[in-house]
Amino acid sequence: MALDDMYKEVILDHYKNPRNKHDMPDAELHGSRNNPLCGDEITVFVHEDGDTVAAVSFLGQGCSISQSSASMMTQAVTGKPVADAERMIAEFRGMMAGEVDPSEEEFGDLVALKGVVKYPIRIKCAVLAWDVLQAALSGDGAADGSVAHTVA
Amino acid sequence: MSVTQERSAASLDVARVRADFPILKRTVGDKPLVYLDSTNTSQRPQQVIDAERDFYEHHNANAHRAIYMLGEEATERFEDARAKVAAFLGAPGPDTIVFNRGTTESINLVAHGWGRKFLKPGDEIVLTEMEHHSNIVPWQLCAKDTGAVLRYIPITDDGLLDLSELGSLLTERTKILCVTGMSNSLGTITPLEQLVPAAHAVGALVLVDGAQLVPHHAVDVTAIDCDFLAFSGHKMLGPFASGGLYAKRQLLEDMDPFLGGGEMILEVHKDHSTWNDVPWKFEAGTMNVAQEVALGTAIDYLQALGMDAVRAHEEEITAYALERLQEAGATIYGPTDVGVRGGVVSFWYKDVHPHDLATILNEEGVAIRAGHHCNQLVMRRYGVSATARASFYVYNTNEEVDVLVSALAKAEDVFGL
Repeated sequence: MALDDMYKEVILDHYKNPRNKHDMPDAELHGSRNNPLCGDEITVFVHEDGDTVAAVSFLGQGCSISQSSASMMTQAVTGKPVADAERMIAEFRGMMAGEVDPSEEEFGDLVALKGVVKYPIRIKCAVLAWDVLQAALSGDGAADGSVAHTVA
Repeated sequence: MSVTQERSAASLDVARVRADFPILKRTVGDKPLVYLDSTNTSQRPQQVIDAERDFYEHHNANAHRAIYMLGEEATERFEDARAKVAAFLGAPGPDTIVFNRGTTESINLVAHGWGRKFLKPGDEIVLTEMEHHSNIVPWQLCAKDTGAVLRYIPITDDGLLDLSELGSLLTERTKILCVTGMSNSLGTITPLEQLVPAAHAVGALVLVDGAQLVPHHAVDVTAIDCDFLAFSGHKMLGPFASGGLYAKRQLLEDMDPFLGGGEMILEVHKDHSTWNDVPWKFEAGTMNVAQEVALGTAIDYLQALGMDAVRAHEEEITAYALERLQEAGATIYGPTDVGVRGGVVSFWYKDVHPHDLATILNEEGVAIRAGHHCNQLVMRRYGVSATARASFYVYNTNEEVDVLVSALAKAEDVFGL
């Protein structure tokens, strides 16, 4: 059943019991974005220690795919060098474009999101948190909290 | 809405209507399509599809620009469609109908051609919190350019316009009231018979966003006495990018053009130009000729059904959907009285996010909308980021509502509720 490919147990688990979902007042970096088409919202907080992503948390609301992706992402990049986190952002986008088969060791639960590739309209839900992480890491995430194009 | 055409409210022969819509024969996977998203865009009957094809096969030339038989035929059909729209809306004449890509373009036309010309700093534009973004953002842009101020009529808990403060919102500073005839998220049919005279009493104009009202409810712009009414062909069985604007003739005369070039011109000099007569003054460039012609056919189709019959059918199915969805445990947004509600039902089903719900319902062949429906003010008013929305038109049945409700159980399974 195609639906089971997308709504895997691990995704529903992260949706119902999100990890690292909290504010981080001392975060050096943070980013905020919403998906203007559907209203999903994600804020990501990053505490950097030198060149390392020492801690990541998120806040937000939205569908199971956007929120579980955010939850799994915080686990996957915590403790990684910033350069590795940036590489993982590119690889995750590649996975959602159906072009990259990322290492299960590095991505862990996130490989469960591969099933979303069959539902093209939902891919942006899965990628939203990663867009916000990239904005946070590059320091341009705190502008006005919305992506830079307008709603039809 | 007290304004209805004189027509017997004979009930629709839905089986016969459905037979006219080829797309309703298709399946989604192995499930029959249950299309519950007509508020987004309607489906088109064979007659409309044929009309567009017939134009290209037999009459294709550019309207108003070709001095030969095909050009005359194209122009005649294009202008016939304008006359059909005028009659359908109860407008005094075809010269009050501007064709363009639909509601959004029409509102931008008014905000640009009327707003930027006549609004001054401190003038007030009154909107409502249930407006579609297309009836908010053009006015925000206009206000920024002119120094005019936006004010909003709020919404009650049960999805009606809160008119308790109307007296202080509409003042001598108000220059225009922009209000939807029917909300695309809450389904609310607004009391134009009360709002239009109230706005006129303070000297303000009224623009009605008719994107949802016109396809689903008999409309008579002369009786409503609105100054502008914007509408979209693709929501009323017509082609994409058809539709336009009704405006009182004197306003069209007084306003500035919106887009420049092509048919809107009378004379061009090095330093200035003069404008064509209305309505062509607002029709720059080559138009959607075949699409507007086919919109005329869509209007023929709706008139043959009778708009009162269309409305009666939708009231019945909406009442049924409200009852079944509530029984199933869904939270409904908008009025519960179908007398003031069109065939639009926004809801949350238990804890299933609307996007997840839409994906799961699709597996059962059911097409609904999920999101904020270009109604972020409404979403904020009710403290949600999105809703699921089922909407109905002439081809929908109570049995399709049953399929929707049964499919909700599937969502419950997936999410283990």
